[in-house]
Amino acid sequence: MNPALTVFLKEVTENLRDKKTVVNALVMGPLLGPIFFAIMMGFIITKQLDSAEKPLEVPVVGAANAPNLVAWLQQQGMVVKDAPADADKAIRSRDARAVLVIPADYATHWRAGETAQVQVLFDSSDQDSRAPVARLTGLLEGYGRLQSALRVAARGMPASVLSPVAVAERDIASTQQRAGQLLSFLPYLLVLGAFLGGMYLAIDTTAGERERQSLEPLLVNPASRAEIVLGKLGATFGFAMVSMMLSLVAFAIAFQYIPLDRLGMKVDFGAGLILRAGLLMVPLVMVFASLQTIVAAYAKSYREAQTYLSLLMLLPMLPSVILMINPMKGELWMSAVPLLSQNVLIMALARGEAVALVDFALSFGASLALAIVLGWIAVRIYHREQLAVSA
Amino acid sequence: MIEVRNLHKAFGKVKAVDGVSFRANDGQITGLLGPNGAGKTTSLRMLYTLMKPDAGQVLVDGIDANMDPTGVRRRLGVLPDSRGLYKRLSSRENIRYFGRLHGLDDALIAQRTLALATALEMGDIIDRRTEGFSQGQRVKTAIARALVHDPRNVILDEPTNGLDVMATRAMRRFLHQLRDEGRCVLFSSHIMQEVAALCDRIVIIARGQVVAEGTPDELREQTGESNLEDAFVKAIGTEEGLMA
Repeated sequence: MNPALTVFLKEVTENLRDKKTVVNALVMGPLLGPIFFAIMMGFIITKQLDSAEKPLEVPVVGAANAPNLVAWLQQQGMVVKDAPADADKAIRSRDARAVLVIPADYATHWRAGETAQVQVLFDSSDQDSRAPVARLTGLLEGYGRLQSALRVAARGMPASVLSPVAVAERDIASTQQRAGQLLSFLPYLLVLGAFLGGMYLAIDTTAGERERQSLEPLLVNPASRAEIVLGKLGATFGFAMVSMMLSLVAFAIAFQYIPLDRLGMKVDFGAGLILRAGLLMVPLVMVFASLQTIVAAYAKSYREAQTYLSLLMLLPMLPSVILMINPMKGELWMSAVPLLSQNVLIMALARGEAVALVDFALSFGASLALAIVLGWIAVRIYHREQLAVSA
Repeated sequence: MIEVRNLHKAFGKVKAVDGVSFRANDGQITGLLGPNGAGKTTSLRMLYTLMKPDAGQVLVDGIDANMDPTGVRRRLGVLPDSRGLYKRLSSRENIRYFGRLHGLDDALIAQRTLALATALEMGDIIDRRTEGFSQGQRVKTAIARALVHDPRNVILDEPTNGLDVMATRAMRRFLHQLRDEGRCVLFSSHIMQEVAALCDRIVIIARGQVVAEGTPDELREQTGESNLEDAFVKAIGTEEGLMA
């Protein structure tokens, strides 16, 4: 049997017998992302639907000052609640999200045909105030428009003089593209899954082997260092890849249960997406396996390697965060940048857009080239004398 | 047969090995005696090609370790200073792993494992996971693993370290068996009594150099001491780092 294959099989067997590794790499790693995602999405959707469908309840201060306005608001479905003793305090203590204040001079101004002011009290730092405030403001503006139309009509003019320009919005994003925004951290969660999936293997096969004092006997065998490293890299890659694919499948299942259609969105997370995204990730997972092996090989102990690799985990966040803050238009050069290209292209796939073969090939090729360079460095490290000796 | 010629190895300014030459013949047990830190382990590590000597030559059955390190490793069975096992694998699986790395097929590995398990009296532990093994059980597994490919030359770095009396005696019997099979057995130790009891030839190392070499009789003659242990101490110049 080929020595690399022998090493690979032994590392896989040994690690499959380790409960901690199996749980972390094959259960926690792949499920963490989708579960986190499903819970968050469920939360967001419930909240959005809640705020849109729940009756709007607003305490009104000085309701007696504008009975017509209040009656109209009630007709529109708003529930008028009694004025709190201290409106500011009610907002601050979050007892109310928005309070409508109608000043005593409202009627005077109204009758004089002047602009009558009403106030909407709210706390902009309270996320939950946004929807009720927007709905209340919308209602008040609607009342204003209605009244101006009536006044203009009373003077024998058409209502259109009040709106010389009418704006009609038309959203051309498909339901799947609209969902793309929500999916912007899908690539990161996949990358994270792959990273976590391989991490324990990378540590166990390098720093772990040193700590157990089994590296020196291993290196006395006639197998070449390159063969030994390839076997170890292969095992790390295998675990990471399985972990990442499980993660994709878990996402596909999670999307079955997230009621995105109620937000007018759709995610087609089928076998086609899983396979294409999986294929795009293959060379990147190789890059991670090599990188983790290199870093872990420098560590003197299991714990030290764990610390280094946890820090290294911040690296794949970089492009995801940049793209989340500053979404860039996909350009060809991006496809040649490992990590960035997977982010951009998997996003495009998730949005249901076509990915050109050239982008696919560039991403795969560039990442594979990087993986080969890093793999070569890992082999070089295993040629160092100190590696086996300084245990 | 193992031959080293004028080996040198320095770590920074520390000369760990400073011109070591000796020979270990087939059908003999050769002991490398020296206090802790004398350069025994470093010499052996250069011998089994884990380290490259700064200068000097290593020949195993006439093969130069510098020219063909893989060929040398094929002819050696090595119990190194660190002898960690894979604790999630059974004793048998540990042995099989190394057998496969030597390119043996599984049938041959099974046959060799049976022979070694019998010789080392490890029948009751062979299929147990090595986690929780006693020191003696660990060393037995490590030796079986090192000898699975039936090497002509056997190198053991402090093989009785940490063993109890029973295990030490079993180990000595096993080394004699290896010698009687015509193998070249080379082991290092800092325990004088052990070297005296076991060895056909003794190489005494101190401060990175060979200070005396020969059969027990030759060593007594060279130093003018009738007691072998006195001869060791006289050759090294101090008792420090040695054990009776």
